[in-house]
Amino acid sequence: MRQFITFTRKEFYHILRDRWTMLMLLAFPLIMIILFGFGITTEIKNSKIAVYDPSKDLATQNIIKKLETSEYFILSEYLNSPDQIELIFKEGKIGLMVVFSERFYENLIHTGDAQILLIADGTDPNTASTLTNYASRIIMMYLQELTDIEHLPFQINTEVKLLYNPTLEGAYNIVPGVMGMVLMLICALMTSVSIAREKELGTMEVILVSPMPPLLIVLSKVVPYFTISLINFTNVLILAVFLLGVPVNGSLFTLYLVSIIFIFVALALGLLISSVTNRQLVALLMSAMGLMMPVVMLSGLMFPIENMPLILQGIAQIIPAKWYIEAIRDVMIKGLGPADVIKEIGILSLMAVVLIGASLKKFKIRLE
Amino acid sequence: MLGYLLEKEFKQFRRNPFLPRLVIIFPMMVLLVFPLVANFEVKNIDLSVIDHDKSSYSRNLIQKVIASGYFNITDVSETYSDAIEKIESDRSDVILEIPSNFERDLVRASRGDLMISANAVNGNKGGLGTAYLMNIISDFNGNIRAELTGNANKLQVPFLEIIPLYRYNPSLLYEVYMVPALMVMVMAMICGFLPALNIVSEKENGTIEQMNVTPVQKFTFILAKLIPYWVIGYLVLTICIGVAYFVWDIIPAGFLGTLYLFVTIFILAISGFGLVISNYAITVQQAMFMMFFFVLTFIFMSGLYTPIENMPDWAQILSNFSPLKYIIQVLRMVFLKGSGFKDLLPQFFSLLGFALFFNSWAIYSYKKSS
Amino acid sequence: MKVIEAENLTKKFGQFVAVDNISFQVEKGEIFGFLGANGAGKTTAMRMLCGLSKPTSGQGKVAGFDIEQQPEKVKANIGYMSQKFALYEDLRVWENLRLYGGIYGIPSREINEKIHAALAQLGIENEKDTMVKSLPLGWKQKLAFSTAIFHDPKIVFLDEPTGGVDPLARRQFWELIYEAADRGITVFVTTHYMDEAEYCNRVSVMVDGKIEALDSPKNLKKQFDAKNMDQIFHQLARKATRGNN
Repeated sequence: MRQFITFTRKEFYHILRDRWTMLMLLAFPLIMIILFGFGITTEIKNSKIAVYDPSKDLATQNIIKKLETSEYFILSEYLNSPDQIELIFKEGKIGLMVVFSERFYENLIHTGDAQILLIADGTDPNTASTLTNYASRIIMMYLQELTDIEHLPFQINTEVKLLYNPTLEGAYNIVPGVMGMVLMLICALMTSVSIAREKELGTMEVILVSPMPPLLIVLSKVVPYFTISLINFTNVLILAVFLLGVPVNGSLFTLYLVSIIFIFVALALGLLISSVTNRQLVALLMSAMGLMMPVVMLSGLMFPIENMPLILQGIAQIIPAKWYIEAIRDVMIKGLGPADVIKEIGILSLMAVVLIGASLKKFKIRLE
Repeated sequence: MLGYLLEKEFKQFRRNPFLPRLVIIFPMMVLLVFPLVANFEVKNIDLSVIDHDKSSYSRNLIQKVIASGYFNITDVSETYSDAIEKIESDRSDVILEIPSNFERDLVRASRGDLMISANAVNGNKGGLGTAYLMNIISDFNGNIRAELTGNANKLQVPFLEIIPLYRYNPSLLYEVYMVPALMVMVMAMICGFLPALNIVSEKENGTIEQMNVTPVQKFTFILAKLIPYWVIGYLVLTICIGVAYFVWDIIPAGFLGTLYLFVTIFILAISGFGLVISNYAITVQQAMFMMFFFVLTFIFMSGLYTPIENMPDWAQILSNFSPLKYIIQVLRMVFLKGSGFKDLLPQFFSLLGFALFFNSWAIYSYKKSS
Repeated sequence: MKVIEAENLTKKFGQFVAVDNISFQVEKGEIFGFLGANGAGKTTAMRMLCGLSKPTSGQGKVAGFDIEQQPEKVKANIGYMSQKFALYEDLRVWENLRLYGGIYGIPSREINEKIHAALAQLGIENEKDTMVKSLPLGWKQKLAFSTAIFHDPKIVFLDEPTGGVDPLARRQFWELIYEAADRGITVFVTTHYMDEAEYCNRVSVMVDGKIEALDSPKNLKKQFDAKNMDQIFHQLARKATRGNN
């Protein structure tokens, strides 16, 4: 036991003395959460629009005013002729163009021939479809108001409840994802590279010939990263709650339980990679390509899994971060209890056991 | 002298058991998989229906919802709490509750009520899902009204037609937008990481010491490290353009020459940045962490996944410091809009600025002696 | 003719004085031994002379050039073999030689002839195409030495060139040093093998960053009344206060 403590302390010294790495280890998660929480948003605000309005009547003025006062749009150009449409798009500053038909109000009330063209810059399909959706909604609202004034019969009223996230904050969705990414990056990447480094520099041999059982050697390597990961998790949690205003609706205990299991999975993956190679560069690239990319792409961190082709959805099932992020969303945002995430906990535990077993076996083989 | 150094770099690269494969496989993987994945489109919304009314109206409404194509009815629950359980276990995204006597109330009291509850953890999906559903209901409401008032043909309410049109990408193909930007991401990862790690591992192995004691000039040494990544960058770009054409059927609307010209400057900038990092890092671990940190920040701030215009002001200012922002604009404009060199002058000068800045810094900070 | 002149050379790292005010001169064609315990400051002193490290104070001239003002000129005239093997392991034997030949500006045709001659001298012509990483340590060191003098420098600096090899390999290595000296190359070598010190024309002994003794092995033995260099070294090293790690 004393040997174990000595070795663990050595590992801590390695990390603590390398100030740059230490700083990066602690600052990285915080910066990521701030970037993702504030900067990287799929919500659309203050998008610039242009208007061509040959009618200039009551209806068009009202619709323009409604668009302008919404938080989504800023009116930046008022065109005088339809010839300008092409030109404005080439400049690439305008996301959406609203083009009214002639004699708009008259047609709107009497003939039903009134037309609005919503021309969006389709280079970014996401933004384009969101912008046209928003604009349509606002125009429909105006129509609704016109209708309401006339007190229509047979009206259906719809009551809407937005569960868990009534103000539709993007951070609610992204924070659990960032937690998964950060833990995976720090645990797996750092462990694999630090062990590969010891092998590359030849210091691993010295440890391996000591009378310590391999299990303890491995443990002493991972304990510091485990500790740092827990600190990082706590930091991210604090930042998410106090800076981003993301609630913790479920129990902290469950959050930590799930996170600890996930950290084990990540550490085991790191060990496994380091047992395959003894070059830092290779360990790094394998972790980056083999772990980071799938986490960013397939875990549901940013991109919804249900939109993916079936084969990729299948691959997503074996990505630990997918289950972790799901569990964290359930507990943190939805406020579910441990019983409701038992499936995720079970799958993650199973992965942890299998991966730890595999990496220990690999590690022993190298000793012989 | 440069020739000998280049010969060495290329031989080392070719003999590395991992790197040549990486340079070929990584771009292919990213360009094949990412466009399928990086998609925020809201579709396939799972809907739970609670129909207490079980009338012809309620059935019609449900039919209309199904016919819209946005929703999969994955569940028909008896009670609200059953449906909520489905939401909790992610088997459903939106609940539509039709109260009993919906049809009777609408016909007799001229007023019906419906309830929508949406899982808004993913705000985008929750919000848009609700909006789609409300549009369908309002349309349904219009039909019912026309039917009940018996004036189906006469215009009862103000009516207008909204026609969305999409410039440059009429059918809103997502890959058309993503593929050019992903090329940039791949080049940034390969041409940024590799030079940084290359120099630091020379430091760690001690081979750089033997170099430092020769009269080789700083500039020559740095150039010998840069040129191979230019070649590799061109190779990566060519692979990317190939995948874009053969898999995604995407052909640049502009000139290929424009692409290669801008990519040349971009690679110079990002490799220069990698060299700067390598000059400050002592261990591979440090270099790698710094690169991860900066390259990820560059990527996320570049407008690759989320439009820069949507970011808060401070993030927009920050995004100006990401060289990736400019080259992504260039690639998208050349691929989609066919923009020429004249349209891209601001980007040209920005990238040139980055390239000069990072490389001067790299030469300045590379110390042959301590 | 003096090819190395050090005058009050000092190098500090923060509070720590690694090299403390050393002065000495080396004649052309000499084999100059630089002795000292680990941590005495040998490598730091040598790195300053090679232009790899800037002196905190004091002056030095190597091959007639100032080490602080004209380090690149110094570098063009010296060869260096570091303590840690520093050739490219993933290049072949001839490729390493060709690389450094090219860097020092030797014309391509001449390089090929010189590679041939150098390998013949080492007796490893058959290993020309071998990847350096698969050479045994003794051969690697010989190859590193060959590379260091490949461009016929005026002076070659060797930092503990024979660490970790058997006595026979060490003897062979010293034969290479003698051959180089015969060609007029001045040899500046650090070592902590005292039998090797006997092979040098003159030796200096560094203790705690200072030069405590400097003369030919014969004179030193007289001066310290010692039977061999080992005894001299022990007498001087006993005074060391720095940790002997």
